[in-house]
Amino acid sequence: MSDAILTPSAVAPTVPLLDVRGLTKNFHVPGRGNNVLCALDKIDLHVGRGETLGLVGESGCGKSTLARTLLMLEQPDEGTIRFEGTDPFGLKGKQLLAWRRRVQMVFQDPFASLNARMTAGEIISEPWATHTDLYPTKKARAARLNELMEIVGLRASDAGKSPQEFSGGQRQRIGIARALALNPDVIVLDEPVSALDLSVQAQVLNLLNDLQKRLGVAYIFISHDLSVVRHVADRVAVMYLGRIVETGTTEQVFDRPRHPYTAALMSASPHLDVTGATPRNRIVLEGEMPSPLDPPSGCRFRTRCWKAEDVCATTAPSGSSSAAEPLHTAECHFPMTTEDLKSAGSPIKPKNAVNLLAPLQ
Amino acid sequence: MSTHTQSVSTAREDLTENEVVLRVTGLDVDIRTPKGVLRAVNNVSFEARAGRTLALLGESGCGKSMTAKAVAGLLDPVADVTGGTVVLNGTDLAALSPKQRLKYAGPELGIVFQDALTALNPVYTVGTQLSEAFRIHQKLSAKAAKVKAIELMRHVGIPEPESRVDSFPHQFSGGMRQRILIAMAVALNPRLLIADEPTTALDVTVQAQIMKLLRDLRTESHLAVVLITHDLALVAEEADTVAVMYAGNVVETGPVREVFGSPKHPYTRGLLDSVPADVGRGADLNSIAGSPPELHRIPEGCVYQSRCPLVQDVCRAIRPALEAEGAGRTVACHFALTTANKELDHV
Repeated sequence: MSDAILTPSAVAPTVPLLDVRGLTKNFHVPGRGNNVLCALDKIDLHVGRGETLGLVGESGCGKSTLARTLLMLEQPDEGTIRFEGTDPFGLKGKQLLAWRRRVQMVFQDPFASLNARMTAGEIISEPWATHTDLYPTKKARAARLNELMEIVGLRASDAGKSPQEFSGGQRQRIGIARALALNPDVIVLDEPVSALDLSVQAQVLNLLNDLQKRLGVAYIFISHDLSVVRHVADRVAVMYLGRIVETGTTEQVFDRPRHPYTAALMSASPHLDVTGATPRNRIVLEGEMPSPLDPPSGCRFRTRCWKAEDVCATTAPSGSSSAAEPLHTAECHFPMTTEDLKSAGSPIKPKNAVNLLAPLQ
Repeated sequence: MSTHTQSVSTAREDLTENEVVLRVTGLDVDIRTPKGVLRAVNNVSFEARAGRTLALLGESGCGKSMTAKAVAGLLDPVADVTGGTVVLNGTDLAALSPKQRLKYAGPELGIVFQDALTALNPVYTVGTQLSEAFRIHQKLSAKAAKVKAIELMRHVGIPEPESRVDSFPHQFSGGMRQRILIAMAVALNPRLLIADEPTTALDVTVQAQIMKLLRDLRTESHLAVVLITHDLALVAEEADTVAVMYAGNVVETGPVREVFGSPKHPYTRGLLDSVPADVGRGADLNSIAGSPPELHRIPEGCVYQSRCPLVQDVCRAIRPALEAEGAGRTVACHFALTTANKELDHV
């Protein structure tokens, strides 16, 4: 692509730990007509050491396929993944095993992702059964298990309990401890707090934040909850129908979205703003995401976009950014302007939420 | 409505805005379990007014859905209403026989569930399911009811209703299924609509569409809406008044702006502090320690005592009653937070 120089990965401020270029994944669906489902379409992204990349988008946009491909649970059709310069798909045997250790995952549902027939201790220790050289002695494993349980805020004495004896928040802590067991560099968190109640969600977010500070682990944080992503992410990538349509720092994407879809997403998500000072002109998108089996020609968002013109149907937009924010790119022929954003009502405004509680502070 | 050509949903002349449609007083619901009888809903009172939205806000297991089911008469066989009254438009539903209740409350009360796919019957077409209300309550023929079903589908924004009326639920998207469920709930032009987490399973852009539909329906027919949710931001945007529930009890009620603007119950305050919107990135959220008590371990005294930063001896001994605290507000706390009470900030 001619504008490759403008994509964040080309001029990243941090040395990327994980560098993904042109990642494409098609699924073949049996049935009539066009049976190729393009789940990921030329995805570019990078994650630096100790950094959090937020991945947002609606269901069916390809977030989870991307996560699975990064973990080598799916074989991509095109594109490369570089992990500190090495392509994990070229690895075999011991080297592959060593690589797998470095990328781990935490799943959404803490009730379904833990084996009910194992104890918490067995679940957290299970990775060491495969990666035997990490903690070779029984004593070392026991010590590490205690340490892990303490790190995630569980009592080491509870190692013998089965998952159903724990609350939802505690179960997610077990899932996090299991992901940490192999001392990974990157953890892919697929909706890690969306099954949890608000008060417990805050505890788990605090834990993740604390772990990142202490261990320097990078997160790829997948969530549909924009306020959570705003809180945890350093950078954000917005996905729509298999493509990353906008990326930038969290402030750029949330405060000055360039892609109309991002703007609509921000506008659609409810705000905890009861001051009522700024009535919002909410963008309510028409319809729903088209089927990935039959994506629209040109720009994939054009069927729901209020700014779409003829060119959007004929030419797929490539990533572009403004001179002021070269690392903030959006795939749109008619990016949002400051005036657009004003009339559409602005995205999540954390400042208002502060005002809300001001009398007590 | 005499003929089926008439619009399905019009403003009811017998309803004036802000009139009390539903008044729940001292509602108790007990669940019979092998471990004994559990109190799932305890002494819950609230009212819903025409053209207004009341939010029942709380975390999972707090009894908000159980309250809705009790009001709608849809409790599971193991759960019973053991106390209190549910007065819908002047009639105490608890005093009616099941048959009378069906006849009276059926057309007056609509309910929308969270998961439209399980709430709809997969083996009948949506047209058949939408027609049911007209066939049972208005004794219409299948043909006439189908015409009404098509109208209803158009009314809730389903494109091409004539061709889609014979489709099955799985042939619709999540947002469209939720529209069908809403159509069923408002089919008979009810006074009260209970929406139990109506958008939790949906994406935000679709959620915005569904909430707009509910707002429009509320405005055009003076519906009283009871919105059951765990989402504070949704309450802030959609509701006029809120009742905050914790462990089966209502702990605070009032107009949304006032309750969220200056919460008086420590739990409400804790919930608001847990929203990851008002602190800087990477900063710790003021989460509430611990987790809600299990129903068979609800302590004597205040239900929130085990997690409350203001807890005192009196909280362990006496359960605070829901008492008036300023205009239109109630709170159940011995140490209701006021602007002068800042202890929470230092915890």
